[in-house]
Amino acid sequence: MSTLVIAEHDNNNLKVSTLNTVAAAQAMGGDIDILVAGADCDAVAAAAAAVPGIGKVLVADNAVYAHQLAENISLLIAEVAANYDNILAPSTANCKNFLPRVAALLDVAQISDVTLVESADTFQRPIYAGNVIATVKSSDAKKVITVRTTAYDAAPATGGSATIEAVSAVHDAGISSFVGEEVVVSERPELTAASVVISGGRGMQNGENFKLLDGIADKLGAAIGASRAAVDAGFVPNDMQVGQTGKIVAPDLYIAVGISGAIQHLAGMKDSKVIVAINKDEDAPIFQVADYGLVADLFVALPALEAQI
Amino acid sequence: MKVLVAVKRVVDYNVKVRVKADGSDVELNNVKMSINPFCEIAVEEAVRLKEAGVATEVIVVSVGDKSCQEQIRTALALGADRGIQVDTQGHVEPLVVAKLLKAVIEKEQPQLVILGKQSIDGDNNQTGQMLGALTNMGQGTFASKVVIDGDKVNVTREIDGGLQTVSLKLPAIVTTDLRLNEPRYASLPNIMKAKKKQLDVFTPEELGVAVTSHIIQVKVEPPASRAAGIKVKDVQELVDKLKNEAKVIS
Repeated sequence: MSTLVIAEHDNNNLKVSTLNTVAAAQAMGGDIDILVAGADCDAVAAAAAAVPGIGKVLVADNAVYAHQLAENISLLIAEVAANYDNILAPSTANCKNFLPRVAALLDVAQISDVTLVESADTFQRPIYAGNVIATVKSSDAKKVITVRTTAYDAAPATGGSATIEAVSAVHDAGISSFVGEEVVVSERPELTAASVVISGGRGMQNGENFKLLDGIADKLGAAIGASRAAVDAGFVPNDMQVGQTGKIVAPDLYIAVGISGAIQHLAGMKDSKVIVAINKDEDAPIFQVADYGLVADLFVALPALEAQI
Repeated sequence: MKVLVAVKRVVDYNVKVRVKADGSDVELNNVKMSINPFCEIAVEEAVRLKEAGVATEVIVVSVGDKSCQEQIRTALALGADRGIQVDTQGHVEPLVVAKLLKAVIEKEQPQLVILGKQSIDGDNNQTGQMLGALTNMGQGTFASKVVIDGDKVNVTREIDGGLQTVSLKLPAIVTTDLRLNEPRYASLPNIMKAKKKQLDVFTPEELGVAVTSHIIQVKVEPPASRAAGIKVKDVQELVDKLKNEAKVIS
């Protein structure tokens, strides 16, 4: 059996999500190769070749793959896929964009967000925002899979010496082009990548009070999130929403402040390793999932917390 | 131009889903069902394009059994002009949904197809992209802004860490993210009017698509539950526990 892992990268650095995916590929067994598709991406290919246990690194280095436009890269991957039994990619926004296109070109299903490889054809994946775990069995000869990166620890990054092989295929579908990119420059980590997240809910009372979270977030290197109630009340913008219809996070530490714990919010954060809840209502459902609950007025507790960490 | 919007009937986002006792599936009997939130955003975007004079007709399509006509009517009440139900039974995989939608596109020839980025039941996030591959159309997934510009559409997309804008030749596919718009509520007169709007029904056979299955759901189960936590008496004890017991802050 052979598996092709699609590298997640920005043409300069190989992203760690690739290594999480290699770990899932190892759980499936068989030979593993990595495909790096990009432009001027030599450094990424070199990094991929250093991952132990990789047979070869295929490099498609061409301007048409510079931004990994789905219309182009899907044609490339579908062509390269002819030689493999499994195609695996991390479940990042980038790979989620193009991999279903590959599956459709190959006329097979995609299995999204795999959290456990049970065997070569049977997998676990969360549905209903993680409220239910489904075990699914694929009957496709070729399996196209995205891997939830929080489910597998990263494979080692160094010690290997895979051969690097150029792929000359150039696919330009000619139906899409890259216009621009605005990458948010923030001192704070992204919500979905942060190891600590502190979120506020309706109990914050207004948007101004979210500033009470800033100092704590600065000290902990945390991202700041919000519940849907806080977003719907207009306290903070939509992109801060943690929950079933917002961002799904699983940090090492999640601090819920003034959040009652509606199902829709719990679905977005209950896989966090340690959950802290601060709420003045001791019957709030959030306390049922919190490792550490503090029944207190957040306007008293937050300044104290900032002072003591 | 014509805009086609796909919508899905799913368990309402406020419902706590339960696994059936035999672990075969999620309990769907006597559960409140709604239009998938991302699909509702797709309908809103199409209606806004019509209100702006860009779209001439908004057609809403849903793949499912007769009960999904309720969600089609909801979309019609929000401002879509007519509906199409593709009549299927039971679970239909994203690849097959994409094939059925492709057949509808061939009938209707829309210039823009808008779908939700994913449904909150299966969480697959596949149908729009698969439809793009099958129709050889460009795709603007996870859209937070859609601007029609002549024979192109510029789509601003939510990516990890920021936003990306792509330009796509029309016809094209857009899948919606949360920030694209805030859907309106249907007014009572519009709900009444929606009941009279045209709704056609097609079978997969009529569309020339075989409903195949590539994946078997072996079982479903609730996720491992969290061990019960403790209440701390004050901030000092909380900080002590986080530092010395959980060891998540230093």
